[in-house]
Amino acid sequence: MTAPEASIAVTVPRTAAASPSIEATGSKLSWAVKDTLALAKRNLLHYTRVPQLLVFTFIQPIMFVLLFRYVFGGSIAVPGGYVNYLMPGIFGQTVVFGATSTAIGLAEDLGGGIIERFRSLPMVRMSVLAGRTGADVVRNTGVVIVMFIVGFAVGFRPHGGVPRIVLGAALVLAFAFALSWVMALVGLKVANGEAAQAVAFPLMFPLTFASSVFVRVDTMPGWLQGFAAHQPVTVVVNAARGLMLGPEASAQLRAVGTFTTSTTSYVLQSVAWIAAILAIFVPLAVRQFNKS
Amino acid sequence: MVVFNQYLTFLNDLATVDGMSQPPAIEVSGLTKRFGEVQALSGVDLAVEPGTVYGLLGPNGAGKTTTVRVLTTIIRPDAGIARVLGIDVTKDPQRVRQSIGLAGQYAAVDEVLTGRENLELVGQLTHQSRSVVTKRADELLERFGLSHAADRSLKTYSGGMRRRLDLAASLVHRPPVLFLDEPTTGLDPKSRNDLWDMIRELVADGTTLLLTTQYLEEADVLADRIAVIDRGTVIADGTAAELKAQMGATVLEISFVDARGADAALATIASVVPGAETDGAVVRAPVYDGAKTAMEVLRAIDAAGLDVGGLTVREPSLDDVFLTLTGHRAEEIDPRPDDSDVAPAAAPGGAQ
Ligand SMILES: Nc1ncnc2c1ncn2[C@@H]1O[C@H](COP(=O)(O)OP(=O)(O)OP(=O)(O)O)[C@@H](O)[C@H]1O
Ligand SMILES: [Mg+2]
Repeated sequence: MTAPEASIAVTVPRTAAASPSIEATGSKLSWAVKDTLALAKRNLLHYTRVPQLLVFTFIQPIMFVLLFRYVFGGSIAVPGGYVNYLMPGIFGQTVVFGATSTAIGLAEDLGGGIIERFRSLPMVRMSVLAGRTGADVVRNTGVVIVMFIVGFAVGFRPHGGVPRIVLGAALVLAFAFALSWVMALVGLKVANGEAAQAVAFPLMFPLTFASSVFVRVDTMPGWLQGFAAHQPVTVVVNAARGLMLGPEASAQLRAVGTFTTSTTSYVLQSVAWIAAILAIFVPLAVRQFNKS
Repeated sequence: MVVFNQYLTFLNDLATVDGMSQPPAIEVSGLTKRFGEVQALSGVDLAVEPGTVYGLLGPNGAGKTTTVRVLTTIIRPDAGIARVLGIDVTKDPQRVRQSIGLAGQYAAVDEVLTGRENLELVGQLTHQSRSVVTKRADELLERFGLSHAADRSLKTYSGGMRRRLDLAASLVHRPPVLFLDEPTTGLDPKSRNDLWDMIRELVADGTTLLLTTQYLEEADVLADRIAVIDRGTVIADGTAAELKAQMGATVLEISFVDARGADAALATIASVVPGAETDGAVVRAPVYDGAKTAMEVLRAIDAAGLDVGGLTVREPSLDDVFLTLTGHRAEEIDPRPDDSDVAPAAAPGGAQ
């Protein structure tokens, strides 16, 4: 071993060698961005390499499309045709179900020990959460694009025009981003992949099915309509529906009582929901992460 | 960092001018930490000189991992001071993190990524430029004999390969202070020896290393100084030689045909070696001044005409040290039943 007397002389240049690279790359903000990107990339690599995740992400929503388009759809009467009504709902349902993977991914990281290493590195800690939710935005974007193509193949023909269709998709994605933070909190609380799934599913199930995703809320019993018509998944899906299908279709939906308000109002309500969820759950998730 | 380097240089000058010793690279005093009912640390004190290897030796549940997690800023202590390169781990954890590397008790690697991707991820998270990271990853993969598996997912790695990658990952940013928590637990003897060689190579260039282990031999082979930790406190520390000396003795074991012979011999030598005792047909005599007393013992037995069956001279092992210090053997299961079970499950990122 190096004699103690000699070692400071050795230690100093070693430290000096390490510090330029650490200092050279800039401010705390640019570190936060770089760390987030590095971790988002890692999380996305997981999606491409773990077959179960791929199935969960892409195959499951396709099966829902086929199920509702061809099995149940025939018995659901909606002005403008069921397939047009269904697809914006599918986008919503897909990202809501997909949000559980934020919880599962974070919980598995926490349980698996790699977070131990992250905590001992000079990285910006928040980027563990941002890298996770950011990766989920990228994944959701991919899924929505694929589902759009699948929808087109089964007869989905939105008439809202490209800008409104893109805006509708963006709204769904922003909502998914907000939900990711709710699920991040769940994942951090339970710190175990299977438990995360067990907690997330009962939350997501009523939100998806007691909503306007697959069926008309106005056909539900009165007591359920109160919840179903105003809960955020319905609001966001109807906003996307109104935007994507166009003014004529929205007017028809409103005329039969399926839409309870105008598309503009749905859009504004969606934005409010998204902002409120983010305002509450981002700080909660960050606090939980710093605590655990 | 620049300021810090100047500070070190300043201290270095001070040391040479005044002949003062340099500040410890790792300094711990009065560290306590409690997890619910369990007092994991109850006042740990340590000082590790720069450029040396310090072994933290203790049985399951002794508090080794907890000490390492405090020093690597993963958890905060309840009380006490912990400094790395003079920086307080609770006051300026971010600066401490720039100077440390950690290979924890359970490999903290991403199973889905390849070996190279794992190293590059750590490189990016320690804010090094892409070209530096790429080169460093190659270099480490080569050094740890993982080049052939560099682009394979970790799912295909053996336990030993995963350990080596974990160690490599702790070195990506060339930390001057390194923490290895039970680096060879679970490895076969050959892999263990290989890893020992790698660790020796590593510290040859001046890295300060704190290493925890349950293996007495490992501490003896690798560490310049050893602290024996048990139930959250350091119960002895020193060089391996000092610890052995503290326990005294070379042990003379003389065996006889039967217990009667042993009893007779004990009576004969009682005045020469007061600490001698019998164990069946064997007499055990601890001798503190080596050859002189040993010769006297043998002469007395010979003079009494007793029939000696066998004779062994045993230098004290660290196992003896541990037994004397704690009253139980180091490799025994922790006697506190409910504590030892909690540790492995709770350690990686459990509730704190
Ligand atoms: N996160 C935790 N929650 C609750 N108890 C804990 C936690 N971490 C450690 N402990 C307890 O603290 C004590 C010390 O644990 P520690 O992991 O430091 O021991 P160790 O010396 O590393 O043991 P081992 O050789 O088994 O790794 C043990 O009794 C353990 O059960
Ligand atoms: Mg341990």
